[in-house]
Amino acid sequence: MDAMAELGAGSLLLGDPAFNYQEAELNERLKRLYPAVNEDETPLPRSWSPKDKYSYIGLSQNNLRVHYKGHGKNHKDAASVRATHPIPAACGIYYFEVKIVSKGLDFLSSLLPLSPIPGWDKHSYGYHGDDGHSFCSSGTGQPYGPTFTTGDVIGCCVNLINNTCFYTKNGISLGVAFTDLPPNLYPTVGLQTPGEIVDANFGQQPFVFDIEDYMSEWRAKIHGMIARFPIGERLGEWQAVLQNMVSTYLVHHGYCATATAFARATETLIQEDQTSIKNRQRIQKLVLAGRVGEAIEATQQLYPGLLEHNPNLLFMLKCRQFVEMVNGTDSEVRCFSIRSPKSQDSYPGSPSLSPRHGATNPNLHSAGADSPTCSNGVTPPNKNKSHNKYPGVSSASSSSSSSPSSVNYSESNSTDSTKSQPHSGTSNQEETSDSEMEIEAEHYTNGVAENPSARIMNGTYKHQEILQAQDISLEDSCASRQLCGGNQAATERMIQFGRELQGLNEQLCREYGKNVTHKKMLQDAFSLLAYSDPWNCPVGQQLDPMQRENICSALNSAILESQNLPKQPPLMLALGQATECVQLMARVRSGSCSFARVDNFLH
Amino acid sequence: TKCVHLPPEVTATSRHYVDRLFDPDPQKVLQGVIDMKNAVIGNNKQKANLIVLGAVPRLLYLLQQGSSSSELRAECAVVLGSLAMGTENNIKSLVDCHIIPALLQGLLCPDLIFIEACLRCLRTVFISPVTPVQLLYTTPEHQTVLFNHGAIQNIAPLLISPSYKVRMQALKCFSVLAYENTQVSMTLVNVLVDEELLSQVFVRMMQRDQPIDMQLTAAKCLTYMCRAGAIRTDDSCIVLKTLPCLVRMCSKERLLEERVEGAETLAYLMEPDVELQRIASVTDHLVAMLADYFKYPSSVSAITDIKRLDHDLKHAHELRQAAFKLYASLGSNDEDIRKKITETENMMDRIVSGLSESSVKVRLAAVRCLHSLSRSVQQLRTSFHDHAVWKPLMKLLQNAPDEVLVMASSTLCNLLLEFSPSKEPILESGVIELLCSLTQSDSPALRVNGIWALMNMAFQADQKVKGEIVRALGTEQLFRLLSDPDSNVLMKTLGLLRNLLSTRPHIDQVMSSHGKQIMQAVTLILEGEHSIEVKEQTLCILANIADGNTAKELIMTNDDILQKIKYYMAHSNVKLQLAATFCISNLIWNEEDGSQERQDKLRELGFVDILHKLTQASDPNLCDRAKTAMQQYLA
Repeated sequence: MDAMAELGAGSLLLGDPAFNYQEAELNERLKRLYPAVNEDETPLPRSWSPKDKYSYIGLSQNNLRVHYKGHGKNHKDAASVRATHPIPAACGIYYFEVKIVSKGLDFLSSLLPLSPIPGWDKHSYGYHGDDGHSFCSSGTGQPYGPTFTTGDVIGCCVNLINNTCFYTKNGISLGVAFTDLPPNLYPTVGLQTPGEIVDANFGQQPFVFDIEDYMSEWRAKIHGMIARFPIGERLGEWQAVLQNMVSTYLVHHGYCATATAFARATETLIQEDQTSIKNRQRIQKLVLAGRVGEAIEATQQLYPGLLEHNPNLLFMLKCRQFVEMVNGTDSEVRCFSIRSPKSQDSYPGSPSLSPRHGATNPNLHSAGADSPTCSNGVTPPNKNKSHNKYPGVSSASSSSSSSPSSVNYSESNSTDSTKSQPHSGTSNQEETSDSEMEIEAEHYTNGVAENPSARIMNGTYKHQEILQAQDISLEDSCASRQLCGGNQAATERMIQFGRELQGLNEQLCREYGKNVTHKKMLQDAFSLLAYSDPWNCPVGQQLDPMQRENICSALNSAILESQNLPKQPPLMLALGQATECVQLMARVRSGSCSFARVDNFLH
Repeated sequence: TKCVHLPPEVTATSRHYVDRLFDPDPQKVLQGVIDMKNAVIGNNKQKANLIVLGAVPRLLYLLQQGSSSSELRAECAVVLGSLAMGTENNIKSLVDCHIIPALLQGLLCPDLIFIEACLRCLRTVFISPVTPVQLLYTTPEHQTVLFNHGAIQNIAPLLISPSYKVRMQALKCFSVLAYENTQVSMTLVNVLVDEELLSQVFVRMMQRDQPIDMQLTAAKCLTYMCRAGAIRTDDSCIVLKTLPCLVRMCSKERLLEERVEGAETLAYLMEPDVELQRIASVTDHLVAMLADYFKYPSSVSAITDIKRLDHDLKHAHELRQAAFKLYASLGSNDEDIRKKITETENMMDRIVSGLSESSVKVRLAAVRCLHSLSRSVQQLRTSFHDHAVWKPLMKLLQNAPDEVLVMASSTLCNLLLEFSPSKEPILESGVIELLCSLTQSDSPALRVNGIWALMNMAFQADQKVKGEIVRALGTEQLFRLLSDPDSNVLMKTLGLLRNLLSTRPHIDQVMSSHGKQIMQAVTLILEGEHSIEVKEQTLCILANIADGNTAKELIMTNDDILQKIKYYMAHSNVKLQLAATFCISNLIWNEEDGSQERQDKLRELGFVDILHKLTQASDPNLCDRAKTAMQQYLA
């Protein structure tokens, strides 16, 4: 199979612009027709295979044209060629067409399952041009359709949902030809007389038959089947499950009032108490507003020990905090420019805290893979595995958790990181950012003086204040962007924080060994400083408020887990599981998976 | 004239209300109507009484009178609306009194109060299940009225309404408007809805994921537009969209009602076009798919589900007739398709039993199907004979509505063709009387078929059969048919005469008994205003007569006829020249008795000169014929 794939690619090198254009059109059409097919696993047929053919068969025009070059004296001279790949089950419905460019005496269009040499006699399926008969695994044909000749376009549609096949002639469906088809069929053509030429269309050109219309019927059928899935006696049971799903989802994301109203209307109970939900919501709002430092503090205050037990999470949060400092949104730097509310950033993408759904959300699918209840037994990735075994408490974290107004915390920490700075220069890749850090670090002492007051002020916030601040910042989200809000002292504070972060990383390395993810995270965050305009640089993506969502949901999950509540809402688990199931269906050759895609149901 | 049975006291009060409608003082009439309004509200008995006493026509009269005050007209409409609120019988009576056109006319009045009252009444009438909604727009006149009032422009935008119900109603409306209406259909093809052609909008509505009802109705619209000549039959929206959509509607997955409508519409779509018939015949195994239409009620449904059985029984007739119609349409032109149909499981048996079903609709459709298949020489020779289809066909002819008779007799014509093995048994069954009685029908189609069948029967028949035909038909009827206003009847009667007058002994025998009348009829036709075909056929009869031994003399002694033959030999139409020349050629043929005298006489009359001229004719056939005739003189 690899060799064939290379051959296909090889023909691209010919540099024929028309072919390149055709190739682009082919890719686009195949993507549209078979969105569920993962071509890395199961490539689609795109041309005839020069390897899997009789010697009497000649191929030309990028392996799409087939001509006969044998003697054509009797049936023994019949020859065939098959496509490079079998039809993937995830197509759901597969279609290809063949145009009869020049007809000899006999012509066969057929399909056959995986076998070393193509041939009619065993397990092959075909439609005979001369007498219009269909034949199936045997020499004798059955009356099927009309005859066909030069100029006709014959199509073959394999329905992998009900395992049937029908042919078309000039865009007209001739009706089912075969039922109970086996899996792994290859598109095939066979010729028998000199002068016969046929051209294949695997999607290079628009099809004569309206296959998309046929697909739409099956899509509607399968959606109807799902919508009308009989639940019979278990109606009440289902209702309770659905209500629970909605309720837990609302609670998970901290929609406190909505959840309460929903619980009242449906007469269900909410597991978590209201204060807890509100606390989580407050923390989430802080993260989503880019005020990660405050979020960390709030977490430490409300859930003592949580971050100590999740050093990876803490590191992620701190990394984010650094990024937000660059952004000018974190309170540690915002306090310096408090008189200029314009520099306050907000969360313009989603001010209402609403989590995003659909294909764009990378969380969604990993949620499914993570799910311990997944029937397919996929092992969860171990990215956060070590958090429970964290044995000790780092000095930095403990001091910060002790008091929200801890001046010492910043000072002692910064001193630490300054000291440790030279050690971090061991990695070659980090040298660029390190050297820049060194230069900036010279101004570090200036920032310390102003720092305490700001922290005190920030440390005494009330819930309402946060909301107000966010409201204000919403209006001013279009402010001009400058590093740390353009404030010198803030910049220095950021540099200091960077060193602390570096120190934390080294500490973690010492305790748990090297962590590639952490290293990359840190590197990316520091890289922001290498550019005069961080928002328009190759790593500027990090500054996008959208990036806060991941860390926000990770923190939320950790809090929930610490309260012995599910870290994922059951709704997301169900979605993930459904997504995984559909992928599994493709692997076990259940064609309907192509029309039961989960994203079709998410709006 | 109605017989009224009402208690006298009731009649008296009700009568009073009606009488007041006839008061000469318009003011009193108005008050009478208002009082009537108050009296009927909520009183079904009073409503029934007033209707029986004839209040409705008077109210309608007052409503339509231009001289009535607008107040009076409005009150009349209100009372009518109130009457309509009663029983279903009330509504029937109102509809019978032609209330609908009067109310519709009322909508044109500028008075809003009156319009509102009319609309209320119309609404009440049309909400009732007893009122056929088609009353509004089925006739061509209705279509035209709606068309002239901008129905198309006003309804078209509704096709893209966000509401499915609205889209559906607009679509249904178009399907009724376009049916057999060229003007509407021609306009529809050019209508744009949101910058998209209407036909494309319909095509989108036929997409396979759309609701079935919508697909089917959209297919109907396009079918009607196609049949009305607004869309070509080879247009891709017909070939690749409408036709496959209708075939899908015939599939087992569809509801029985949908399958009936689908099959009927498809039959109508492809009726005149052999290419569409060929495409449909290979689409999705349609021919085999239709065989399933005959399997209702199925044996399974009878046992498992009484409701289902009821449903199946209800639709069984409709299904069968729809399938027969579609088979008839499929097989009307192509021999291969006919073969495919007759080879479908038990097809001929099904047609045979269909011919004797109780439902007229099924019988008609079955005989239409049989007729379509009877156009095949091969089928006549094989399956028709094997299944003795002539027997139920003959039975059908004994007692059937005209519609059925037309198709049945037309089929019989084909069964009586000389190569049909069924001809013999049919002759023996004593069909002649029946056919002769058909020639006396008021329906031209039945007269044609009757005489056509006799014509086919007489072709190369023996003397006995010919004699029987003449005797059964009667010369009087024969000559009446020769002056039939329908030219088809005339042609086939001439054909019958020609077939009767073939082979010399037959010619002489027929001419000896009916010569005088035949010569008279021939003269009349040749003198009359008839088509070339009729005159040609008549001249051919003369040529046959000229071939007889004794019959010849009837022409030779008739100078008038001879002059006419001469005239046609010099006619501008070659066919007539040829037939006339053929006649002369027979008269002067050498080997027969008295040929010399006849040659002489005709020479005297100037025929030789004409023949001489004709030997120079540009038409090779005519030229050859004239030369052959001239040779008779030379020999």
